[in-house]
Amino acid sequence: MLNPSDWSAVWLTLKLAGVTTALLLLIGTPIAWWLARTRSWWKGPVGAVVALPIVLPPTVLGFYLLLVMGPNGVVGQLTQWAGIGLLPFTFWGLVVASVFYSMPFVVQPLQNAFEAIGERPLEAAATLRASPRDAFFSVAVPLARPGFLTASILGFAHTVGEFGVVLMIGGNIPDKTRVVSVQIYDHVEALEYAEAHWLAGGMVVFSFLVLLALYTLNPTGRKK
Amino acid sequence: MKTLKSFLLSLLLLASAPLMAADKLTIAAAADLKFAMEEIVAAFRQAHPAETVETIYGSSGKFHTQIQQGAPFDLYFSADIKYPQMLAQEGLAASAVKPYAFGRIVLWSQSRDASKMTLADLADPSIRKIAIANPKHAPYGKRAEEALRSASLWDKLQDRLVLGENIAQTAQFVQTGNADIGIIALALALNQELASKGGYALIDDKLHQPLEQGFIVTKRAADNALAKQFADYMGSAEARRVMVKYGFVLPGETLGK
Repeated sequence: MLNPSDWSAVWLTLKLAGVTTALLLLIGTPIAWWLARTRSWWKGPVGAVVALPIVLPPTVLGFYLLLVMGPNGVVGQLTQWAGIGLLPFTFWGLVVASVFYSMPFVVQPLQNAFEAIGERPLEAAATLRASPRDAFFSVAVPLARPGFLTASILGFAHTVGEFGVVLMIGGNIPDKTRVVSVQIYDHVEALEYAEAHWLAGGMVVFSFLVLLALYTLNPTGRKK
Repeated sequence: MKTLKSFLLSLLLLASAPLMAADKLTIAAAADLKFAMEEIVAAFRQAHPAETVETIYGSSGKFHTQIQQGAPFDLYFSADIKYPQMLAQEGLAASAVKPYAFGRIVLWSQSRDASKMTLADLADPSIRKIAIANPKHAPYGKRAEEALRSASLWDKLQDRLVLGENIAQTAQFVQTGNADIGIIALALALNQELASKGGYALIDDKLHQPLEQGFIVTKRAADNALAKQFADYMGSAEARRVMVKYGFVLPGETLGK
């Protein structure tokens, strides 16, 4: 069965995915809203940057994050100056990495949902003298609810599935950076196949349930 | 139709070409051999210019599992002789398990002069992150843990340790400055690029079990003459010279200083 260090990895993974998803909903919603509504020339470039992690190998992200957040990197110098210390090998370092890594999985479903609303409901809201802010919260957000659900589930699940970036900047610290995917890797490396099976099998069941929830709760939602 | 046929035929020939050329060697080597093995392979190639020798570096434990599952490696150099011994017991070796070196661990830092440091200096609170290889499966990590335990530092330093997947990643954590200091393989610290930055201090090998390293010719390479030649070459004066240059203690020579 699972030993205490496995449980701690499970708890850490859920915490990381939860914090990342919450942050991504905060950061991703305005980006998605802008992407859905803008006619600016910047729409293409910004959309492409957001989608980059889908294409890039996690090693690219891990490599640059390690350098940028290290003592000689821009972010590293900033965090040291602010008295936070260095981000690699910390929980918050993983949160920063996961926010980048899972960004497209939150922004794209939201963007699709906002685009699907179209102009009319918002124009109607405007004629009823709703401020843009009011229109966003009382019209756009409720109409985009399936999009928020999809975005949350995908963002959470994709963060749970993270491995390469964590391996590169995590440093395998119990309760801080040793997430389930790394714990499974360690079990396999140490030839502890029975332990690996419990966690790996658990991941299969978890992932299946998440996707099942996505497809049954949200049959009309856009998946990508 | 005819062109298509000849096209397919040539494709088939192309695809089977690697199978026909038996003299190709794929070596799986522990990460601590990164620099030493490159020199040895280069010297070996001079005598065998026509042959292809590919070397893959990684963690000894991973290679062990991969060979068990049929990975296409002809020679397996492990940083812990235990792994090739296990493979030999399972009938997956085509040679005896040959000890080729004893490894040494060192303290190495990029940001401070480690050359005069001892393990006890790691307690210095200004050292915030100490990189070691993962003791759970990396041979160098196991020895680092033993040394820290012998020095009664293991428990005290627990929350400052960061674990590399293998010894090369551990060195990389230190090289990028993300860890202040690390316990790495002497063989890596002696590499020019790392040696030019910061110093290293040998860790007394009485503090840990010997890092006995061993290699085998794998079962799939039983008929590969080149694999046999390379295995013999490891005993040559040139190969031994390179190993000594990278700080390895050769079998039969005195352990220690």
